[in-house]
Amino acid sequence: MAEILRTEQLSMEFGGLRAVADLDLTINEGEIIGLIGPNGAGKTTVFNVITGVYRPTTGRVIFAGQDITGWRPDQITAQGIARTFQNIRLFNTMSVLENVMIAKHVRLKATLSEAILGLPRYRKARQEHYQECLELLEKVQLDDVAFEQATSLPYGKQRRLEIARALATEPKLLLLDEPAAGMNPQESLELMEFVQRIRQEFDLTVFMIEHHMEVVMGVCQRIYVIDYGVNLAEGNPEEIQNNEKVIEAYLGAVDTNA
Amino acid sequence: MEGRARLELMLTLIVVLLTFGVLYIAQGNMNSFYIRVLNLAAIYAILALSLNLILGFTGMFSLGHAGFMCIGSYVAAILTMSPASKEIIYFMEPIHPWLANVEWPIWPAILLGGIIAALFGFLIGFPALRLRDDYLAIATLGFAEIIRIVVTNVIPITNGALGLKNIPSVDSLLVYWGCAIITIFVLMRIINSSWGYAFKAIRDNEIAAQAMGINIFKHKLMSFTIGAFFAGIAGALMSFLITSIDPTMYRFTFTFQILLIVVLGGMGSLSGSVIAAVIFSIAMEVLRFVEQPMNLLGMEVPGIPGMRMVIFSLALLLIILFYRRGLMGTNEFNWSWVLNRLGIRSSHRVKRGEAN
Amino acid sequence: MSLDIFLQNVANSITLGSLYALIAIGYTMVYGIIRLINFAHADLLMVAAYIAFYGMLIFTLPWYISFAIAIVLTTLLGVSIERVAYRPLRSAPRISVLISAIGVSFLLQNLGIVAIGARPKAFPRPEELVWNIQIGNISFLSLTILIPVVTIILLVLVTFMVKKTKMGIAMRAVSRDFETSSLMAVNVNKVIAATFAVGSALAAVGGIMWSMQYPQVDPLMGLFPGLKCFIAAVMGGIGSIPGAMIGGFVLGICEVMLVGFMPELSGYRDAFAFIVLILILLFRPGGILGENVVEKV
Repeated sequence: MAEILRTEQLSMEFGGLRAVADLDLTINEGEIIGLIGPNGAGKTTVFNVITGVYRPTTGRVIFAGQDITGWRPDQITAQGIARTFQNIRLFNTMSVLENVMIAKHVRLKATLSEAILGLPRYRKARQEHYQECLELLEKVQLDDVAFEQATSLPYGKQRRLEIARALATEPKLLLLDEPAAGMNPQESLELMEFVQRIRQEFDLTVFMIEHHMEVVMGVCQRIYVIDYGVNLAEGNPEEIQNNEKVIEAYLGAVDTNA
Repeated sequence: MEGRARLELMLTLIVVLLTFGVLYIAQGNMNSFYIRVLNLAAIYAILALSLNLILGFTGMFSLGHAGFMCIGSYVAAILTMSPASKEIIYFMEPIHPWLANVEWPIWPAILLGGIIAALFGFLIGFPALRLRDDYLAIATLGFAEIIRIVVTNVIPITNGALGLKNIPSVDSLLVYWGCAIITIFVLMRIINSSWGYAFKAIRDNEIAAQAMGINIFKHKLMSFTIGAFFAGIAGALMSFLITSIDPTMYRFTFTFQILLIVVLGGMGSLSGSVIAAVIFSIAMEVLRFVEQPMNLLGMEVPGIPGMRMVIFSLALLLIILFYRRGLMGTNEFNWSWVLNRLGIRSSHRVKRGEAN
Repeated sequence: MSLDIFLQNVANSITLGSLYALIAIGYTMVYGIIRLINFAHADLLMVAAYIAFYGMLIFTLPWYISFAIAIVLTTLLGVSIERVAYRPLRSAPRISVLISAIGVSFLLQNLGIVAIGARPKAFPRPEELVWNIQIGNISFLSLTILIPVVTIILLVLVTFMVKKTKMGIAMRAVSRDFETSSLMAVNVNKVIAATFAVGSALAAVGGIMWSMQYPQVDPLMGLFPGLKCFIAAVMGGIGSIPGAMIGGFVLGICEVMLVGFMPELSGYRDAFAFIVLILILLFRPGGILGENVVEKV
């Protein structure tokens, strides 16, 4: 399998606090990889560094053979990495379809003056994006709410809309930040199936942060565990479940004197 | 195009034609005072629309509008004044020789006023738009003050604190409202276009917008520059309406008035801005009585100068405290609503998100 | 430039710097706690100056009583502004609160114009406070010494209050983390009110001293000093009290010296502060003493 994302000795410091320390990750094409760790372990920071929200203090991020360290988030998105957010960040004033269409803006092959004058090239391109986005919404079963206000959707659908919106940027790698947060077991199960389905259908690689262990263990082929920004363990779900360091990090040190 | 859309387009065209018809008739029959108030309303509308693009649609708190307007006003005035009056007016220091004999017609002068204001918008936006919220507010306010101070000090070009007089007078409703209608049209097209949605995405959630691949800085700069362009146009029109200008006109107080109109109409509603601009201009005149002496039940009550601005400041406070969405919120006037009210139903389901 | 004039400029710049520092503290404290540029802060100077003016001239009260009344009433006004115009918007978008602040500022200015007219009035200088001092060839007003001394005393008091008293510690807690503080049983409303009270009282003292130094009052007198003091606060690092003091002095000294050394630029004097502000925001947004914060995602 070809490698798609690699981080080399990635570190991120905030005023002396090391949120991520010398992290090496490798993700191959087509994989579904989990990133787990206790609260405050620096998981979201890893995502933020990969997607360019923060510039790493040291280290490199290599995506599809290209060094993207220090690029702007929009450039990284254009390169083929899309993400969702832990705290849902939808465009509140827009409909579901409009939320998704934002992703197509950068692909519009027309100028602002063509839009102002309503020239055919702009209208045609826009119409195409409109159709594409409607089809995308069908694939993720949000077409019935396409014209609803995004914020009026129930929580689960808002999460799915975040994923749909990310898919609309036509990514190769999709980063999901706690997609199952706040879901009940039944919903988590559906989400897992959903992630597997879109991975197939859109030919994706998926990298996800998740707290629901049954989701991570059920869907991920490989898992990275970090704590205090340091890589604690790596392996398939079984190996991780039996790793002592991981158990310790989650349950605290076992007190032998007890 | 489905039947309903065609009907709505027809209605829009009819309203635009009607507007021009009314303006034409009004020009011939109304007294010059009312015409002046209406023209002022058109200028305020352009100002409010352009600030709304920046503030209401892109979410950038800019307080520099008076500065851009100042540039538009001076460019248009200097370009159109007759060489004879320039010679008389620039008595502190003679006007720069390049400008002494320039005498342009009004339209290219208005356009250049807008373009130079846009250029300044671009140059100011380049550093300032890295800032956000209150820092952006104070930086743009600062830039506007710098513009005003420079205008006061480059006497060979602007005639300094004495200002300019004898600017050609234009009183045609068609000129002012023509510009306003073009502004409305262009801004409507922009905010309903892919770019407009990008602006709104930045306003709603900057980080998510960036994750959608939108270059935040480029789009902010674009919105800011377009806003500055129309502010410059409004400034140019202002020169022709009042025919004498000086730097003190373009103080922060002016930006405050435009801000009031935008908030009153609704941040994020173009129709709201236009409605509020008309209300504001009329209120400015109607409320003039509070500043003039009057006779109440036989008692002579002295006028209170400054009372109008007290009322407007209170109005702004009350709106922001109790009715933050303003008249229109983020809604726009639209035919679907009117037609539905009239009971003219569409045969299809109305697709609100129709690509445009 | 002769030595005398240079010394004169030094004295002037320290006086101006003291005034800026005093007023800048109010901005920085309020910003530190509720992240708001309190536009109305500038107009508190004007209100205090006018109350003192009317106290002395119309009610012929002794200067110290007029000044005391001015300080008390201005403090009450500052606290009421927060209560009426800012507190209801605490959960609203930031732009709304800023607009509200601008609204209050304009209301005060225009009420000033309505109540007392737009024309500047001469401010009476109490004889007990203002007299001429002559040392060799240099003559200066007692204010040149009085203003820095009062400023330094107040700065020491405020620093002591913030560092040592219970309320001061609560203020620092709230400015660090608003929500956690309220969970820790800190009465956030009370702390914010106290912050506005301290800031407004300092603005009142600043306003009174300002109008003695430049003996004139008018309804818009707060506008430019206010903006410049905000700039001073940003220069020093907004939220930091020592930063505001340093920023105030630096700005005052630079401004006076700029005009002193390059009189041909005196027309641009008011632009200078804004240019400094823009440079600082671009190259060191945290200010001289501030820390640069990264937005949490």
